Amino acid sequence: MPRAPQTLFEKVWQAHEVSPESAATPAVLYVDLHLIHEVTSPQAFALLRERGLGVRRPERALATMDHSTPTLTAQVFGGAPIAIDSAARQVRELEVNCAEFGVELLGLRHAQRGIVHVIGPELGLTQPGKTIVCGDSHTSTHGALGALAFGIGTTEVAHVLATQCLLQRKPRTLAVNVHGRLRAGVTAKDLILTIIGRLGIAGGTGHVIEYRGETIRALDMEERLTVCNMSIEAGARAGMIAPDETTFAYLAPRPRAPQGAAFERALDAWRQLPSDAGARFDREEHFDAQTIEPMITYGTNPGMVIPIGGSVPTRGDDAAFSQALAYMGLTPGAAIKDQPVNVVFIGSCTNARLSDLRSAAAVLRGRHVAPGITMLVVPGSQDVKRQAEAEGLHQVFLDAGAQWRESGCSMCLGMNGDLVGAGQYAISTSNRNFEGRQGKGARTLLASPLTAAASAVRGRVTDPRELT
Amino acid sequence: MEPFTRLRSRTVVLPAANIDTDQIIPARFLTTTTRTGLGRHLFADWRYDERGAPRADFALNRADAQGCSVLVAGRNFGCGSSREHAPWALLDYGLRAVVSTQIADIFRSNALKNGLLPVVVDEPTSAWLIAHPGVEISLDVAAGTLTLPSGAAVGFPLEAFARHCLVHGVDELGYLLARGDEITAWELRQ
Repeated sequence: MPRAPQTLFEKVWQAHEVSPESAATPAVLYVDLHLIHEVTSPQAFALLRERGLGVRRPERALATMDHSTPTLTAQVFGGAPIAIDSAARQVRELEVNCAEFGVELLGLRHAQRGIVHVIGPELGLTQPGKTIVCGDSHTSTHGALGALAFGIGTTEVAHVLATQCLLQRKPRTLAVNVHGRLRAGVTAKDLILTIIGRLGIAGGTGHVIEYRGETIRALDMEERLTVCNMSIEAGARAGMIAPDETTFAYLAPRPRAPQGAAFERALDAWRQLPSDAGARFDREEHFDAQTIEPMITYGTNPGMVIPIGGSVPTRGDDAAFSQALAYMGLTPGAAIKDQPVNVVFIGSCTNARLSDLRSAAAVLRGRHVAPGITMLVVPGSQDVKRQAEAEGLHQVFLDAGAQWRESGCSMCLGMNGDLVGAGQYAISTSNRNFEGRQGKGARTLLASPLTAAASAVRGRVTDPRELT
Repeated sequence: MEPFTRLRSRTVVLPAANIDTDQIIPARFLTTTTRTGLGRHLFADWRYDERGAPRADFALNRADAQGCSVLVAGRNFGCGSSREHAPWALLDYGLRAVVSTQIADIFRSNALKNGLLPVVVDEPTSAWLIAHPGVEISLDVAAGTLTLPSGAAVGFPLEAFARHCLVHGVDELGYLLARGDEITAWELRQ
């Protein structure tokens, strides 16, 4: 009997069912790759100790440090103490936990350390068809290579450490179809912000998104990572893109991808993964890429987003909306363009890969950031940092008056010392503009690296197409 | 985990929609390595002023909110990060259930693993509860019902296994560990 057409998600899910779900019990789902970081793992290792348990498959786990780690070179390599004592304790605790439980750690001074969602793909550990989890909601990033990847809590981190499995109900599927060509100056970040703006920040709840259509096919791998990264900002735990020649070419030279004959065998399996013709999704949405503009957020969640030439919306009787604008210090009906900014942040698991740094550097080359602007450029990994330095990108940033840091989550979330001050406006390439996300009272405007760099030059929100 | 079958409590209300995990527990409190003691940082940036004193106008700080163990919140509670510190902070503060019209996926999963009950109700019920802070309601986990002061019972969905774990105090890790042979057999087939 011929098999019913399946989606990419269904194929990966089914291949990892130790036991399928029933009315009474969730599926037992096997995890191929477990990524671990210092902030959401200490209590999980503590739980293993309390219960006298070991790590079932340590070779399927990889740990690194990114969230609470400093980005100042002196604190990473220079022998200066980590300024935040509790962060230093987390770093030490992860070292102890990994040594005791036999988990590989790319530690603070390791040459391959970086943001967990940057190094997975970069090392070639993120592969099509894998199940990947991490105690971090932006684990959705890894779906860009055709993996099923989602964020979990710390109790689930312990479940995976102890059993290599999770109890999961099967989510529904949502196809996001994108057609047409993105225009010059419009990036993958603008595309995903547009999608979130339309779906809403809870629009993907209970779903796994598959991004499809010729616009998605035309994206390079780093652009696809940016798109899948923000799936969670639409409420979807996972976002996926079917693996194709772009995926395979990206993976071929990666140190931890299968090599030689093993790569050829893997390719045969990976080519079977894309959704079958006629596969049914629970829901479908369509987007026209040609109408998308550079986008920027104006409120306190990523769904509060407008084209850069637009105005802050007006909504009469909506207390939450008014509260968001009051927090942001913005006026309904006002243009967002030319809004003064204080801080510019190029970084995070959304936009800190080499291509992001290249596009920001292209805007900044031969220019200088406006007086009074603090600009941080924080590469997504130490590997990205080395490559950028080999191309001289760091010199472009330094010459422009920006700071060039060691890799980490940095200013994306205020827990490592890189903070935006109360009341200050930060234009940021990161993924969340929640109240206080970048520091207590900080006002975040999310945008692409191009828009952030252009805004740094003028010291106010700037359409990058005006500077090219 | 202790069995969780029933709860009777007055409500405390935060009407805002989309209360994200950065509001529930700001990132600067995440450099802890334990699960305990987070209650004092719950909603820290809404709850305390610049000098660290409680803001009188914040719902949780009002005298009649003390001792409430049910939080009623606007739509899409718990969106954002996967930090389990969010349910840890709510529980450590003394809350046992969150009532909303929609609760974010990862937060709901984390809540259930710690015995914090996610209660998703229809729009009219939510609107009524938001308009009437401090009313006494009761929750029956096995029946999946929320009973209003009028005596009217409103159903709320709860995944069957999660309900079983709550009602009987079953620990999911123990359940998974008991499936060890099956997991080994699956690994050998790959």
